[in-house]
Amino acid sequence: MITYIARRIMVLIPLLFGISVISFVLIQLPPGDYLTTLIQQLEQSGTTVDAAQAEQLRILYGLDKPLPEQYWIWMRKILLHRDFGTSYAYGRPVRALLAERVPLTMAVSLLTVVFIWSMAVPIGIYSATHQYTVFDYFWTFVGFIGLATPSFLLALLVLWFAFTQFGIAAVGLFSPEYAYASWSVAKLLDLLKRIWVPVAIIGLSGTAGMIRVMRGTLLDELRKQYVTTARAKGLSELKLLFKYPVRVAINPFVSTIGWMLPGIVSGELLVSMVLNIPTTGPLLFSALMSQDMFLAGSIVMILSTLTVIGTLISDILLVWLDPRIRYEEVQR
Amino acid sequence: MNRFGLIGRKKAAAAQTSETVGVDKRKRVRFYFASQWQLIWWRFRQHRLSMTAAPVLTVMYLFAVFCEFVTPYTVLKDFPAYKLAPPSKIHWISKEGKFQPYVYGIKGALDQATFRRVYVEDESQVYPVQFLVRGERYRLWGLFPSDRHLIGVREGGQIFLFGTDRLGRDLFSRVIYGSRVSLTIGLVGVFLSFVLGLTIGGVSGYFGGSVDSFIQRTIDLLVSVPHLPLWMTLAAALPRTWSNVQTYFAITVILSIVGWAGLARVVRGKLLALREEDFTMAARVSGASEWRIITKHLLPLFLSYVIVSITLSIPGMILGETALSFIGLGMQPPAVSWGTLLQDAMRVAAVAHSPWMLLPCVFVIVTVLMFNFLGDGLRDAADPYSVR
Repeated sequence: MITYIARRIMVLIPLLFGISVISFVLIQLPPGDYLTTLIQQLEQSGTTVDAAQAEQLRILYGLDKPLPEQYWIWMRKILLHRDFGTSYAYGRPVRALLAERVPLTMAVSLLTVVFIWSMAVPIGIYSATHQYTVFDYFWTFVGFIGLATPSFLLALLVLWFAFTQFGIAAVGLFSPEYAYASWSVAKLLDLLKRIWVPVAIIGLSGTAGMIRVMRGTLLDELRKQYVTTARAKGLSELKLLFKYPVRVAINPFVSTIGWMLPGIVSGELLVSMVLNIPTTGPLLFSALMSQDMFLAGSIVMILSTLTVIGTLISDILLVWLDPRIRYEEVQR
Repeated sequence: MNRFGLIGRKKAAAAQTSETVGVDKRKRVRFYFASQWQLIWWRFRQHRLSMTAAPVLTVMYLFAVFCEFVTPYTVLKDFPAYKLAPPSKIHWISKEGKFQPYVYGIKGALDQATFRRVYVEDESQVYPVQFLVRGERYRLWGLFPSDRHLIGVREGGQIFLFGTDRLGRDLFSRVIYGSRVSLTIGLVGVFLSFVLGLTIGGVSGYFGGSVDSFIQRTIDLLVSVPHLPLWMTLAAALPRTWSNVQTYFAITVILSIVGWAGLARVVRGKLLALREEDFTMAARVSGASEWRIITKHLLPLFLSYVIVSITLSIPGMILGETALSFIGLGMQPPAVSWGTLLQDAMRVAAVAHSPWMLLPCVFVIVTVLMFNFLGDGLRDAADPYSVR
């Protein structure tokens, strides 16, 4: 087990390296560099910058060096000093901005995973054991609609519904009185009261997919001979169901986090933009709009890194959960 | 699933005999002699949902192709007197009691209580809904001049099937024009990703070794990171000065340089799996040449799988474009796509009073739903020897 985890972490390293390279490329993508913006800013505030000073600044920020070296400097700062650079649009270190937003994104995403599981497992089990009943058809229908409805459209509909029915103009994460308050138990409770709206919106399509997966695998399991054997031996239906087939059918759940998580993070970005939730989504958008590339690149990097790490954790969970899987097989 | 053709055929044939007890021998013979594509078609035909999805999608694409002709108005035609007018009420039975759909003329008035513009029907003006009516001049595909519109009303009246937007433009016409971008971007994007996936997958398989593992790691990377932030960042880097056509192709490229990896993985995986199948071995043992094995045995099966995964990845592309345009990083007005149309729906206060602005949502959802159905049906049909 330990060797397996160690090996998975080894695989993670090139992946993280790739993510950092992509983020760096994204930062370099727009025409001009950090310096052009800085000089512009200085000139706006009345300071004129001549060519010699500009050159000095260029050397100071290491912009005269070739790109790989610039990458190395950028990376070293992040790894050693957790210094992601400065967001000039906000005039603050990127790290501080990330610290404000990323935990909320993580909270929403993780809660969405929990939501998907807690909805899809019971519904999937019930649908499989009561195949072709009204309940089953109903959830199959909901599943199809849920899979086809992108979360940001659902968010729009919810926004419209909340406005016309309850007269609420925004479905934020906090009540107005807590929005700018510092963290307290009351604020946390307030958050918990409201967070389920975006969580349910983001989770719908995932839930729909998972119900289908759960129903499908459980149906396959229920047709197997060991179920007949257990039944013949007189095991009660409920005990039989939860002792074996359900445990087996839950496995694809864990392994699907890998492809679910990127989707959830993407969905979270869009939904929080529509619902105006203070997570990384609106921050990334405003960063892109003002060409604040250090901020944008860092957000892309952090989100991707967290997603990949989440996937790793789910893979390890899977091996721990299902002893039938040999470590080498998962390795691929 | 069972891919060993013979057993599947026997079982299927057995099922048929038990149903028709030896009477319908001809049908059985037909089954044995059917080509693979015939079997696929028969299997596909049994999938009711995809048999509805296929015509619906065909109609939608036809509308997109002939949008200038299908719509009552051209995309930028505005009626300043009819801003945010609700969908026209169509009356089906005329005063003489005959079946004759018609609309009344509408008049704008100011509601004295709320100071909002409201529209009332003017029952003295009757405009029958006509087909192939003469109206605004346009050029089909920018080439063929015409003034025939599939539906419309005669001069003087207005027909707004989905209402109008805040500039008084007919939303129905705009949705149909928008489908030209939204629906084709999925096809072009998937085509590009497929070409990329096949080429890179082929290179990966051909060279093997370190090239292969590098490409595999790249695929791992692209599959495991969230796509939207990447799409957004790349789209934000597009110059704002580009024309609509340039932006359109840039967006398809952006969607596919992130999206090819998933397809490439399917392509490579399926090809490797099929190469190991028993029927490949059987063909090799009976002396078939590599070329014959590839073209006769691998390609048809492989192609059907590829068609399935292509169909299933089109909705993702369509949604990607819609999302990007929706937040303002994709297609830019005056270009229309479903995403840009939905931008107007972001202002919740405006939507509350004119909920028809949400109608493009319905088109997005229906399209994705139909592609999912179609993909499901194709997946069942792709392997016609399997027993369900």
